[in-house]
Amino acid sequence: MSRTRSKGWLGALPLLAFFALVFGVPAIALVVGAFTVQGRPSLANLAQSLQGGYLNAMIGSVRLSAVVALLGAVLGTFLAHAVVTSRFTLLREAVLTASGVLANFGGVPLAFFWIATLGNSGVVSGLIGLPSGSLYTFWGLVVVYLYFSIPLMVLVMAPALDGLRPQWREAAANNGATAWHYWRFVALPVLTPAMLGGVVLLFGSSFSAYATANAMVGTVVPLVTLKIASALTGDVLIGYENIALALSLDMVVVAGLVMAVYLPLQRRSSRWLH
Amino acid sequence: MFTYRARAAGLAAALTVVTAACGAAPGTQATTQASQGGVNAATATSAADFGGFDKLVEAAKKEGNLHVIALPPDWANYGEIIEKFQAKYGIKIESETPDAASADEINAVKTRKGQDRAPDVLDLGQSFAISGAAEGLFAPYKVQTFDKIPEGQKESTGLWVNDYGGYVSIGCDAKKIATCPTSFADLLKPEYKGKVALNGNPTKSGSAFAGVYAAALANGGSFDDIQPGIDFFKKLKDAGNYNPVETTPATIEKGETQISIDWDYNNAAYAPQMAAKGIDWKVNIPSDGKYFQMYAQAINKDAPHPAAARLWQEFLYSAEGQNLFLKGFARPVLMPAMTADGTVDKALAEKLPSVEGTPTFPTSAQVDAAKAKLASGWDAAISG
Repeated sequence: MSRTRSKGWLGALPLLAFFALVFGVPAIALVVGAFTVQGRPSLANLAQSLQGGYLNAMIGSVRLSAVVALLGAVLGTFLAHAVVTSRFTLLREAVLTASGVLANFGGVPLAFFWIATLGNSGVVSGLIGLPSGSLYTFWGLVVVYLYFSIPLMVLVMAPALDGLRPQWREAAANNGATAWHYWRFVALPVLTPAMLGGVVLLFGSSFSAYATANAMVGTVVPLVTLKIASALTGDVLIGYENIALALSLDMVVVAGLVMAVYLPLQRRSSRWLH
Repeated sequence: MFTYRARAAGLAAALTVVTAACGAAPGTQATTQASQGGVNAATATSAADFGGFDKLVEAAKKEGNLHVIALPPDWANYGEIIEKFQAKYGIKIESETPDAASADEINAVKTRKGQDRAPDVLDLGQSFAISGAAEGLFAPYKVQTFDKIPEGQKESTGLWVNDYGGYVSIGCDAKKIATCPTSFADLLKPEYKGKVALNGNPTKSGSAFAGVYAAALANGGSFDDIQPGIDFFKKLKDAGNYNPVETTPATIEKGETQISIDWDYNNAAYAPQMAAKGIDWKVNIPSDGKYFQMYAQAINKDAPHPAAARLWQEFLYSAEGQNLFLKGFARPVLMPAMTADGTVDKALAEKLPSVEGTPTFPTSAQVDAAKAKLASGWDAAISG
């Protein structure tokens, strides 16, 4: 047993080396840079990244990602359930294919798509009398992010929902369970790992999104990715690079915290599947 | 045991490859320099150092390539400038990342030191030119017309030289807007609700930063005090007039940014482009806040094509190059001298948006202070 294990580890060596090169080296550079001010070790970058506008941006990003993750998870699960239980296979195929495409829709094209539809002179905003500027707000951005988050959730949930066996529902019914009982005590516990995974995935994708927000809301909605971009590249600020690295480190910590909450929960709920 | 040795050997092999690769780049550079008949192009500070302009052209042609970065073809007519240079000297220009920012240019110089794909020449925001020169990244070079460039618009040894510039202006879609705004005060009028956009984010884009600076000048601020400009945009936001979408030709065409604060050469260049699409794009220099700023040209000290880089500078500061900037509605640095000696293209000069008075410039210390203020104050004013 131990022999096979050590050999298996060797097989992973190329991957680990690759990982160390493309992930490890930049990560080390990031940490070193975040703790350096003008060539000397210092905590000033980190301190500055956690106050004023930078702290605001971090809070803004977490808030936006949390709202998108929760709304996206709930709506995506309902949609996935509707599609999976539908009698029309054509509809099911169409929705799943569309989800695969839309889940990868992002960046400036997505922003422009929404601007053309619901922007100040958008095609639809005139018809429904949308007040000017309403797309360029926090909630406007939530709607746009949901556009790719819900399909992503559908993709995550559809296989999990397929795994719910009809026999379980019948067995529950035979024992006198109502639909509520079935969902509360059978289906939801089984689905929880997939749902949690989906929430984490959605949180991550909106937490790291940049181009769409940049094209759509500029600095009106404070987001940490936009702050990093301003500090790192541009025609205005000089010498803010290490603050950008400190902000990235903050993002790593937030992502780590989310994973730290997710992993134990996931471990607990995945027991149901064994 | 066997595994351990195999791994060690692999590591040694990998290291050899890496060191060999590192050694290769400076090697190629050394050969380029040696091939110029005794002249070291990398240290030449004028055409005379090559033994005259013709010798410079010869050396540049021998190098055959010029690597440029951050030159958008629709910005200050760079597209045509690149074409003309290639046609005139038969030197191929590799234009990389046209939409990069000044910070990216400086990064490219630093991170690709000694590599063949490092940028040869740079077109930088003023403060990046000053800080880059202080860091010793540029080569001093005086173009033939160096003495005609006004004082204050060049570094004394030619580490950087201003190339072209413009005023902050207000562009406006005259078909959709009944009366185009001609001042910053106008922009607060209720009729412009949700319509006033900037070309970018002021903590990132030079033109948007200039827009805030100009707004400061219009509202009782000064080169020392940008706060009134930040306050102005807060007022604009509170009035519902501020439009956070960043202007591009596409957003203008779509009608999403019907009023746009931008350099006059960008706005003026949009006009004929938009006219073809049935949009009447009008450009006004705001009467209450005039802010003029120039970009600067510099040569990478470690340029992989040092002679071609110098020839490019000579081309940009020749009457031909300067008139090409003018064709892109940018105001070239030699315009006063060329107006005096009659080499300026008068028809092109007349097409520029009119402006009264002579421009004044903030010092780099003033600009730095304004940027620091903006970095901390902009989000607080505009977000929410």
